Parts: sequence; C-alpha cells; structure tokens
Amino acid sequence: MKKLRQLYKQLQAKGLSEEQRRVIEHEMALAEFTGAPHQAHRMRPSMPLTRSLYSYADAEILSQAMASPLMSMVAAQSLDHLLQRDLQREKDGFPRKIRVGKLVKPGRDGDDKVVVIPTTVEEKLIHDKINEEEEEGEGGEGQEQGEGGSGEGEEGEVIGEQPVREEQAGGGSGPGQGKGGAHELESTVYDLGRVLTEQFALPNLRDKGKKRSLTRYAYDLTDKNRGFGQILDKKATLKQVIQTNIALGKIQAGSLPDAQSLMVTPKDRVFRILSKELDYEAQAVVFFVRDYSGSMAGKPTEIVVNQHVLIYAWLTYQYQNQVETRFILHDTEAREVENFQHYYQMQVAGGTQVSSAYQLVNKIVKEEELDRDYSIYIFHGTDGDDWDTYGEESLPELEKMLGYASRIGVTIAENGLDGSRRTEVEKYLTKSGLLESKKDLLRLDVMSKDSNEARLIEGIKYLIS
Amino acid sequence: MELISQHAKRIMEGCKDRARQAGLRFEDETLEYVVTNRDMLELGPKVMIPTLYDYWVQEVEILREQGRYELYPSNPYETVINTRPPISYYNDNNPDWLNVMIFYHVIGHIDFFQNNLFFRHTWDYDFTGRALADKRLIAKLRSEHGRWVDYVIEFARTIDNLVGYFDILEESGKKSKKEQPSLLDYYFDVFLQHGARSAVSSYSREIERYNKLLREHPEDGELRFLKRITEKYSELESLYARSLKETKPVGRTDLLEFLMEYSPFLKTEKNRWMLMVLEVIRSTSLYFQPQIRTKILNEGWASYWHDTLFLQDDRIKGHEVDYAIVNAKVTSMPRVGLNPYALGMRLFQYLENKAEKGRTGLEYFMTQDREQRKNYDEATGKGREYIYHIRENYCDSMYINAFIDQDFVDQHKLFVVGKRLNKERMSWEYYVKSRKAEAYKAMVADSLYHPPRIEVTVAENNALVLNHIFEGKPLLKDFIQGVLLGVEYLWGEEVHLYTSVPIPMKASRDIDGQLREETPKRTIQWKRFRYTMKDRTLSRTLVE
Repeated sequence: MKKLRQLYKQLQAKGLSEEQRRVIEHEMALAEFTGAPHQAHRMRPSMPLTRSLYSYADAEILSQAMASPLMSMVAAQSLDHLLQRDLQREKDGFPRKIRVGKLVKPGRDGDDKVVVIPTTVEEKLIHDKINEEEEEGEGGEGQEQGEGGSGEGEEGEVIGEQPVREEQAGGGSGPGQGKGGAHELESTVYDLGRVLTEQFALPNLRDKGKKRSLTRYAYDLTDKNRGFGQILDKKATLKQVIQTNIALGKIQAGSLPDAQSLMVTPKDRVFRILSKELDYEAQAVVFFVRDYSGSMAGKPTEIVVNQHVLIYAWLTYQYQNQVETRFILHDTEAREVENFQHYYQMQVAGGTQVSSAYQLVNKIVKEEELDRDYSIYIFHGTDGDDWDTYGEESLPELEKMLGYASRIGVTIAENGLDGSRRTEVEKYLTKSGLLESKKDLLRLDVMSKDSNEARLIEGIKYLIS
Repeated sequence: MELISQHAKRIMEGCKDRARQAGLRFEDETLEYVVTNRDMLELGPKVMIPTLYDYWVQEVEILREQGRYELYPSNPYETVINTRPPISYYNDNNPDWLNVMIFYHVIGHIDFFQNNLFFRHTWDYDFTGRALADKRLIAKLRSEHGRWVDYVIEFARTIDNLVGYFDILEESGKKSKKEQPSLLDYYFDVFLQHGARSAVSSYSREIERYNKLLREHPEDGELRFLKRITEKYSELESLYARSLKETKPVGRTDLLEFLMEYSPFLKTEKNRWMLMVLEVIRSTSLYFQPQIRTKILNEGWASYWHDTLFLQDDRIKGHEVDYAIVNAKVTSMPRVGLNPYALGMRLFQYLENKAEKGRTGLEYFMTQDREQRKNYDEATGKGREYIYHIRENYCDSMYINAFIDQDFVDQHKLFVVGKRLNKERMSWEYYVKSRKAEAYKAMVADSLYHPPRIEVTVAENNALVLNHIFEGKPLLKDFIQGVLLGVEYLWGEEVHLYTSVPIPMKASRDIDGQLREETPKRTIQWKRFRYTMKDRTLSRTLVE
C-alpha cells in the first residue's frame, strides 16, 4: 500500500488529468479494501453450495454403487462432425451454436486438469434472477430468497461460513504424480488447437526458419561407418571398392575393368549406423502477460484469459507440442506464476503499470538467452488502464521486445469503468506509431467487455495472422 | 440393456402384491431393465426414453456430459419412466434387500404416475410407442430435407416450454366444450359483482330472493326471477349481449400451437412438413410437463411408501441396518439445502398423522390453547385416505402452498438460510434467516419450476407479438436472441417480444472517489421493453 501511495504521489507531481485521478483512486481504494493477491476466477462452473431441488434423482440417490468414471468414448471424429455441422449453420445464415468449452478438474496437490469439450446451450425463454451483484462484486447482503435448512439454531445465528476466496493451492506438484496426467492436458489442448485451426480457419504459422534445438535428439541411420554396421550402403561401398582398385592399379583408364579380378577389402564395405542427431524442429516460447489489477475483475479477465487459452491451444498445435509457456501477471509490479491455473485465477487489487511486466519479460529473455533458440511470442491482456499515461516507461521496453519477438499481441478488454473513452494503452500505442511501423510484429485488438467467443476468435485471427 | 433376472422379477412381483394390499393402485404390467453406466450416459440426454427422436444436441450433451462426468461424477437421471407399461432401470449388482427397497420406491412412482390427475393426458397412450413413431417420422423427414429438419427441431425446442399444459388439463377434465354463461350466471357472476352495486349484503339478498322463488314456484321460479331483474335493470340484457360478443379467449399462451395454426410460413406447401416436426416437439414437451411440476410430491410419495413397506416386508429380515444407512442418505433433511425426497416424505407423514387425529377441520383450527392443540386427537383413522386424496389431486405448488404450516416447520426444525458477507473475516456467513412458515413456504415456492407466461397475438402488420406477463422476474437476457431467431424463422415475419427489465437506479452518485461497494442498496425500477427480431437481427426499444 505504501508503495502504491508513493507511486501515486510521484504521478501526481507529474500532473494528472481529472479522469485519470479518478481511475487511480478507484483502484487504490480497491487495493485497500481487498489487499493481498488471491484467486478469484475459477475455470469451472461455479458450484452452488447446495443442490437444486431438481438435481436429485433416483438413479443416483438409490443406488449405492457409484458409477465408475467413464472416460470419453465418443470418437474424435464425432467432434469433427459436430463442428462441420456448425460451419454449415453459418453458411445457412444462423449463428454458430457449438462452443469449445473448457472445464478445469480440480485435483489434489494442485494438479488440475483442463478438459476440453464441445458444449452448447438450448436457449429458451426462462426467468432469470434479479442479479444485483454482477458488477458490484461482493457488496452487502444478497436479496435472494435463500436456501432451505434444517436443524438447531436461533434466528440470526451463524451456522457456517465459507471463505470468499479459496485458499491458494499448495505450490509444487505432489509425489506420485505420473506423467499421464500432464500428458492428458496437453493432448486435449492440442486437440483444441487442431479444432481451432481447422474449423475456425485460424491461419497456419509461417515458417520462420528452423531454430536449433539443444534438448531434443532424433535417432536415425545417418552416419556412415566402414567395416561394420547395420545396413550396407551399396552405392558407397561400390565407390570405395573402385577407389581401392584404382589405387591398386587394377582399373586402368580407357580399358574395361575385369570384375572378376577386383579386390575387395573388409574396409571397403560402408555401412550406415544408427546415430544420435540433433533435432532441428522449430520451437517456441510464449509469454502470456496479464494485467490483474482491481479494474480487471470480472469480465475483462474472463475475456483475456479465454483468449489466451485459445491462443495457447493454437500454438501448441502449430508447434506440435514444442511450446514452452511462461505466465506473467502484473499490477504495478510484475511476477511470474508457475502454471495456468494460477495465471487464470489470481486477482489482486492494485494499481496498473504495464511497463513492469514488459521489463520482466525482457529480463527473463535476456537472462535465459531465449532469443537464441526460440521463436518468442508475447500476448498481453489488459483493460487498457495504465498509470503511466503516456507510455514513457512502457514504450522503450516494448521496443526492446520488438527486437526479438516473432509476434506481440496486445488485447484490450475494456472494463467500461469510464465510458467510451479510449484507453491509455491504446492511446499511447497508436501515438507511438509502432503499430504502423512494426505492423508484422505488433498487433492490437480492442474489444468491449461483452464480447463473445466468436469475437475472441476473430481477435485471435487478427493477433496472429 | 436387458431385462432383470427372473429371480429379481419374482421379488418385484412380491413387492407389487404387498403394495396393492397397502392400497396402492397400478396396472399389472411393468418392465425392468438392467442398465450399465454407458447406457445411462446415452439415455440421459434422451430423458430416459430409449426411443426418443435423434437430435444432434443430444450428441453434444453426451460429449458434455462426459466432460462433466469426468469432473463431477454423478448421474442425475430418473429411474422410472411413465409409459405403458412403466419402465424402470436398475444397476446389475444390487443385493436383493436393496432391490426390495428400490422396487417399493419405483412402485410408489408408478402409482403416482397412474393416479395423479396432473398426468391425466398421459394415461391413454404409451409414450415409448409414440416416441418410436416420432423418431421414425423424423428420420424419414431428415432423409428428405436434410439438416433443415434439425433447424426446425432446434427452433421448436427453444419454445417447447411455452406449451399450453394447463389448457390440455382443462380440456381433458371437461366433458363438453365451453358453454356460454347464461343470463342468470351473468347477472350473479358479473353484473352484481362488478357493477356499482357490489355490496355483499345485496348480493346475498338477491341469492336468497332467487332461492325463495325457486322454492315457491318449482316450475317457473327461474323465469319469474329473470323477468323481475330484467324489469328492474333495463340495461341488463343489452350488457349481457355485449358481453357474449366480447367473450374472446384471453391471449393464447401456447406459442407452438399458435404457430402451427396461424403461421403463414408454415402454411406454404413446401413447408408443411415442418408442422409434423412441431407437433412431435410439442407433444413430447407436454408429456414431460407434469413430471417437473410434481417433483416433491412424487419423490415424497415414493419415499413414503418405500419407508412404510420395506420395514413390514418379511423377506428382508436382517438387513434393517443396511436399509437404515441407505434410507438415511435418501431421506435425511440436509443442514443446508432442499431435498425433495425428505421434504415430500415428511410432509406426507405429517399430513397423515394430522388427518389421523382429525386435525384438518375447522374445530382444530379454532383451537387456540397450546396444550389442547398438542393433545388434540379425534382418532378418525382417516390418515391414509387423506394422503391418497393429496396424491390424486395436488401438484407441487399446491402441496407446498396449502400444507406447509408453522407446526410442520417447528416439528422438523426447518428454517430459511441467508448468506451474508463478513468483511472482517472475508467470508460468506450462512445464518438462520427465518423460522417462519411463511418465509419457508415462499422460499420453497420460489425454487419451483415456473416457466414464463407468454401471451401471443398478431399485430396489424402481421408481426407476431409475444407479451411476457410480468411476475416480478425478468427473462434471461442471453437467451432472448436465440429464441426470437427461431420464432422469426417459424413465423416468417418479424417478431416482437414485450418484457419487463429491471433497471438499477443508482442510490447515490459515486463521483468523489467513493467506493461503489460502499453505496447503500440499490433500488430497481421495472421498465417495459420491446425486443424486435427482424431479418435475423435483434433490436431493443423502450416502450413506456
């Protein structure tokens, strides 16, 4: 908090517009109200504490034996088929209906899995709750009817409580966690990437030249060896025999050699043998950078993170799983988090300084010398607020990034706090002229907070094309 | 899917005998199948009707269900379906005693399906047979019209909750078509009550006069009375004649039926096949309507009977404890939450006990003394009869509204749970909000299924007008576009939907850097909006 106030004072000294001051103060107040970072967003349907009346059913209630978990048995082609059908819908003039849903299965020891499934809703006219909380966050008592309950307790007595934020899952992975788990995640993300590329016509990546890989080897019969080996290389052996015989004078220029009299030494036989080869596949590292300040709460975060999942899936497909991901969150300071779950869920109520994140990316790239071996992608999601109004600190860092990155995509999901004015990030990016001069490296996509999945995919197309 | 073993079937037949002796009434034939989990996954999206028509959303549901299944293992499906004969589904590895319990539960459901009046329109035919015919029909149409069949199914399904279920019930209950009210009815029902002279005393005086005339002149008493009143009120007859002309049915509420009758788009020769699809969707929906409206009653009834009959069954001696454990899971009241099995069963038991002691009459109602109330017992022996009556004539909302009273709430220590934020501890607190029967009743009633009431008319420019009758709740905004898109397609012209939307009114301004969260409760103002779907684009305008 102290740091924030200091920063605020510095900014004030530089001079702030009225609007700016208001935004900053709003965020400061939020920061005071909520404090430390916490996990606010969950990538699963929010499970109500109690079950609905209609969720009870005989089959589950009456049979003791819990059904054994059945794994996916509908072949992937049926998924393809469904998506094909969806494409046809669009041609027939109706909006698409299948969404590629993502569910996170919370696991023990934090090894959550992402399951990618197609979902759809059947729309009907139904009653809705009067939702007052939507944007106001956690404010006051709910107006709803409440739940049923039974047992002891006076009126007004508290019978239980539930933390507003769940405890952060313990870091590191627990023992006994097989490789299978992680693989499962990757394979479904890979599938999603395939689906996105094929069905939503996301472009394929242009090959930017093979990069040298240091860690992967392929084994192939490429080396030649004389005398012994796995497969006789007949052509090379013949050459060798002829050379030897020329040296011996058995073959003279101008006369036909006598095949019967040629000498063959054991050394003449050339074999191919299995050998370790460096793999020259291209590989990529992707930085996902997200603003997690107070103003991002709710929809903007949802949009940014959903878009980042899709981008991640697409890159995973494009690079045949050879993608490394780094997750960076920032408010006025930036930090790296270890996995997607934390990236998705973390929420803090602080100020906003984009430059901090860019600095961290540059630092990581420099220290780990990533630019030597990898294609580097950076995707930044923000609501467009920046206390550094004119990008004085961000722009130099951004230019540094443009020096090594294959693509930088900035997504601005407007939080709608200040009406329709253009956001700071958008303003200073436009003003800097980088969007024009580095058109093939830097892309900016601005969307409103009510954007749907189709809009997200549009955005991705633009960011990566 | 295969039939249960002969051994299990014999147990089932034994259960039926015992249930009949206890007074349950149901047809002889039943079908029991053993299903695997995989069967269940496929049956679920087809609402347990194996012969239901195919539709691609069911495939997505299956896929999604599997995703869900992986995440939250539970299979929320029914066990018995209301067909002729009724079909029920079982796990293949249940021990006999558990099967006995489940059989009784199933028999309770079957008895309910076949006796509760809200199911009346499902009594005359076998739904599995009908569904099979529908399935074949749709398969045939699909071979002719391809994917367009699926679009029509989809659009029809978006409005399949707006079917005139209660109209159907009303029709099947009535012997003849609606009659026009007679002059006499008009005089008493409308004229006297809505005119200037609407005092209760004058009304009862008129009735007395009428009765007296009837008594004194059994032959032509009514005529004399009519003559008297028409002389007294010269305007009566012309008012009556006008009212007859005016008596138009109020706005139609069965949107699917309305489209089938009046849609110019569906009337054209090349689109006539769509009518068949709509009829399939509509009849399927109507078939399921009573099920969702009798959840508490139906599950309560089945639980009441498995609880009553199981312990009397001589075949399961020695498994009382096993039973108690399973039964407790089924019928215990959760500390927080609403379990229809538990609530319904307790209410049946409570009412049986009440009727048994004659506590349903006026006399008990007038008894104020607490002690006297506690010991009130007329030993009428009419408990069973009373709950049979309820089983026959009630649905959930009637059941809840008529019978949850303070005694019941006190006896089972029920309360309404509230949820509030504790800012110091940053946690949601659940607390006992109210122990009043009224509050509890309102809470249960609020969680019951209740589709919106939409009245359908046609405007002058041939636009279809849907009027959502305001009942204190808005429509789910996200779905409006999808629904109206489908309705526009089926109607062929533009469609208007009138509905009320809550507009939050800011209680105070928050310019001065004040936190929004700190502002006091916002108030809501209801505004009437019109959604217009024209050429597949949606627009919204304020109408008031």
